[in-house]
Amino acid sequence: MQAFTSLTAVAAPLPLANVDTDKIIPARFLKTIKRSGLGVHLFDTLRFDPDGNERPDFVLNQEPFRHAQILIAHENFGCGSSREHAPWALLDFGIRCVIAPDFGDIFFNNSFKNGILPVRLPRAICDQLIEDAKLGGNARLTVDLGRQVIVRPSGEEIRFEIDPFRKHLLLHGLDDIGQTLQHVASIDAYERKRQTGQAWIPAISVS
Amino acid sequence: MSTTGPRTLFDKIWDSHVVERLPDGTCILYIDRHLVHEVTSPQAFEGLRMAGRKVRRPDATIAVADHNIPTTDRRLGIKEEDSRIQVETLERNVREFGVPYIPILDVRQGIVHIIGPELGLSLPGMTIVCGDSHTSTHGAMGALAFGIGTSEVEHVLATQTLLQRPAKNMQVRVDGALGFGATAKDIVLAIIGRIGTAGGTGHVIEYAGETIRALDMAGRMTVSNMTIEAGARAGLIAPDETTFAYIKGREYAPKGEAFDHAVAYWRTLPSDPGAHYDTTVVLNAGDIAPMVTWGTNPGAVVPITGAVPDPSTAKDEAERAQMQRMLEYMALTPGTRMQDVPVDVVFIGSCTNGRIEDIRAAAAVARGRKVAANVQALVVPGSGLVKQQAEQEGLDRILLEAGFEWREPCCSMCLGMNPDKLTRGQRCASTSNRNFEGRQGPGGRTHLLSPAMAAAAAVTGRLTDVRELG
Ligand code: SF4
Repeated sequence: MQAFTSLTAVAAPLPLANVDTDKIIPARFLKTIKRSGLGVHLFDTLRFDPDGNERPDFVLNQEPFRHAQILIAHENFGCGSSREHAPWALLDFGIRCVIAPDFGDIFFNNSFKNGILPVRLPRAICDQLIEDAKLGGNARLTVDLGRQVIVRPSGEEIRFEIDPFRKHLLLHGLDDIGQTLQHVASIDAYERKRQTGQAWIPAISVS
Repeated sequence: MSTTGPRTLFDKIWDSHVVERLPDGTCILYIDRHLVHEVTSPQAFEGLRMAGRKVRRPDATIAVADHNIPTTDRRLGIKEEDSRIQVETLERNVREFGVPYIPILDVRQGIVHIIGPELGLSLPGMTIVCGDSHTSTHGAMGALAFGIGTSEVEHVLATQTLLQRPAKNMQVRVDGALGFGATAKDIVLAIIGRIGTAGGTGHVIEYAGETIRALDMAGRMTVSNMTIEAGARAGLIAPDETTFAYIKGREYAPKGEAFDHAVAYWRTLPSDPGAHYDTTVVLNAGDIAPMVTWGTNPGAVVPITGAVPDPSTAKDEAERAQMQRMLEYMALTPGTRMQDVPVDVVFIGSCTNGRIEDIRAAAAVARGRKVAANVQALVVPGSGLVKQQAEQEGLDRILLEAGFEWREPCCSMCLGMNPDKLTRGQRCASTSNRNFEGRQGPGGRTHLLSPAMAAAAAVTGRLTDVRELG
């Protein structure tokens, strides 16, 4: 996983609420067996018309937003499915940070696991940042995870909150599994205890 | 480490699965059952292979292909190349990692959330995960069951645990007798209509009250299934005599003395009197009519006797714009009576409503009637065992005589990953759980409703109040 420390980049304004995972990446593109390559289908129905032509009015089809690495949206971003294809598609497109008033729970978790930073900020602040973002290429935002601040083009700093454990993993690009396996002795002990206490749980084998 | 004082069902299951609490409050949570399917697992197995890791507990894991296999004759293989590659990849992975697998031609094959309870794999007090958001279904068994992403699938395969933080407790209580024609599907649509699609965010919802207690297991699963559409992580229903009777004798359920021990333990699980809920919502079952969605999220729902709402009644500009967009996508005009909306396709199936009880409900409406001209009506049982049972009861013949198609079990038109999809502009009355734009096929329009209501729409060719069919 790629570490996330500080990012200064173009931010794309997407002032829509309830952008669900099917909108981020429609189900018909999920038949992959790899993590990469989904970026071309990111926001497919918003980005392309039924004939596959770009919709010129969609933000990611405009300069400089084609190169955006930050996305700013409205409430409940990423609601819907548990499919990780949504963060994979964002990442493959180049998005490393999504800012919104709140997120779908599973999407929120999945983002961290893929090196994407989801930032929760009140709606009014998101709207301010959306106005900043609309200024385009001259108005890059900086997201500094170490200091937990977003720096507006004006230089004003906006603080955001983040779970310390997640921050640690993201800053160092650490994989959850490696972290958990450091506690393998506790898992062994737990399994031994359960084998006596919960012996009714049957083992699975298909015959 | 455990919560002190009276505990909820969720607190009890949580406490008994905490392996270790890390300094910042994150818990390593032990997972009892891991259900694996072809869409969200390839990249997880790929990750294990790259890191040289094994599956820690193959005997707590089971795999099945369900999302993108055809509903027509399976012996002919899978025509669509990308679907075939996903299924072949799953078959290769389960062999390589020694994971139990239910083959496509096995009668026990079916939608992962149907077969978990059906085979006795999902039991009260367990933690159950699957790389699929509708894992919440298994919460009807009194298990803590939730959907996870592919990174977490890999994490569970490698460690049999997940890193989790406790959720908040929400109680949704439904009291009173359901009116004629109203079903579990209508209950859960009414709940989502009330609390909204983000109403449960950060919470685990426990469904309680006499109406829920009176539901059979199929109905409880329908309710729990759609918990995720209210934004909650998991739904739970306390295990009781109905639950125990359902479990007894199922293939993977504990047998004999082990079953008795299990039941004794399961009886300790229901929430203690006085347990604390962060949020409580109460509904009166008598107020719940057969429901139907009009928009592109499950919270955009009205009683079938209602009309398409008017965006000018929205509470703010954002809501107005969203309603407007939904109406445009759905090609509906404010004020149109829901019962005047014609349909092109009817889909009865999915992990929400693909159980035998659902097929019986549809067949009861279809009996002696005919599917309207120009309507394609599909019935897709949730599993091979459901299909077999329905055929033993002669339900397939009733449906076929009425002009419904009778298919092989899988997810099918719930998400349009196999050849069953809507074409642009088609309108579908569907017993599934998501009416997002394009969910059932690009440009397709979905109205969510119960199996009886779907069958009623099939025979009249429009959204219909099943109570009026008599
Ligand atoms: S039936 Fe639909 S919701 Fe259920 S598992 Fe399949 S695709 Fe998901």
